[in-house]
Amino acid sequence: MPLTVTDIDFVRDLVVKQSGNILRTGQSDLIESRLAPIAKNAGLANVEQLIAELKRSRSPRLSDQVAQAVTVNETSFFRDVHPFNALRSRIIPDIMKENAARRDLKIWCAASSSGQEPYTLAMVIREHFPTLSDWNVRILATDISEKMLDKCRSGQYSQLEVNRGLPARNLVRFFDRSGSVWTTKQELQNLIDFQKLNLTTAWPLTTQFDVIFIRNVLIYFDQKTKAEILSRALRLLRPNGYLFIGSAETVIGLGLPLEREEIDGTICYRHANR
Amino acid sequence: MNALIIDDSRAMRRILKQIVTGLGFDVLEAGNGQEGLDVLFASDDIGLVLVDWNMPEMNGLEFVEAVRAKPEFERLALVMVTTESEPARMARALMAGVDEFVMKPFTPDILVEKLNLIGVKACVAS
Ligand SMILES: C[S@@+](CC[C@H](N)C(=O)[O-])C[C@H]1O[C@@H](n2cnc3c(N)ncnc32)[C@H](O)[C@@H]1O
Repeated sequence: MPLTVTDIDFVRDLVVKQSGNILRTGQSDLIESRLAPIAKNAGLANVEQLIAELKRSRSPRLSDQVAQAVTVNETSFFRDVHPFNALRSRIIPDIMKENAARRDLKIWCAASSSGQEPYTLAMVIREHFPTLSDWNVRILATDISEKMLDKCRSGQYSQLEVNRGLPARNLVRFFDRSGSVWTTKQELQNLIDFQKLNLTTAWPLTTQFDVIFIRNVLIYFDQKTKAEILSRALRLLRPNGYLFIGSAETVIGLGLPLEREEIDGTICYRHANR
Repeated sequence: MNALIIDDSRAMRRILKQIVTGLGFDVLEAGNGQEGLDVLFASDDIGLVLVDWNMPEMNGLEFVEAVRAKPEFERLALVMVTTESEPARMARALMAGVDEFVMKPFTPDILVEKLNLIGVKACVAS
């Protein structure tokens, strides 16, 4: 039996509360197929029962699982390619001058999904900046989804995933193959810390970052949530840092103290009045 | 501009042809490396070659080596489309001058993304 409109509205409300994600209408099939495994795990007969249980108990654990399950995780290595070119040609060299005394480079990848983005950052660093090998380079990869974080940590990708957007020379250099599974090498994994973080609740972060990536996640939030997340992110961005959002995303109308800069075919943002 | 597709499987040539035709290329075909060289040397408007690895007579790696030995083809875009996925062998092909690899099976998007990666743009169909 298909879910009722009331059930779907309930799930939609719950998801907005949990993760800020606004589910588009017409996604009832997606809701049903993503929630079915959660129902099963909880020993419930079907998704209707899961929803009844959520209405009754408001279980935070189940609610969180539901919110994680309906996220869109689409990503790829070197997605949109230009931001990574900009990092290589201008941004990392500039940061290296700026941070020469303290010899550290901190990057936050704030919706890392299955890990292609943080591993791409790690590849750019390892391939083009050998002198950073004795710096303290840390990439923090966070996401709301535990399942995605597990995949990030494993560093394992299918042939289809490594076929997408990843230059062959990087594949050969930075991955080990076993059958049709490709695993990122330790030298990349060593650069990345993985942590669960919900962008719409408090962030347990104290570090300041040189570069922040919040790409292709703002589209799932309303304007107010978007503005709030970005203004909190700005507080964690070092004075000369760089912020990247997705190529189809915009900060227009959010009233944030940001300055837009075009580097190597990509747009990034910096503190206004630096 | 022309694209040359070299594969001993006619079905695979048809799949590839459909994709690159969609990008505005005219397509020339060959069934092995030797035929591919003959077509390449006889034509003066080939801007992209998609070549399989394992083929009778002359394989893809030998084809790539023969092409890169000629200075006039130094900058020709060469993409291997192959079931070969042994990293050491792929590394060898890259050394020989292959620009990119697409591992079979693949989707049209994957091929187009790889072409973007090496700066091959869609041609405006004439
Ligand atoms: C489409 S992916 C983008 C991945 C990558 N940044 C990219 O651009 O390819 C969106 C990711 O955002 C995560 N996400 C959605 N809502 C979130 C939230 N409230 N807090 C943290 N991550 C969230 C999802 O789990 C998903 O992995």
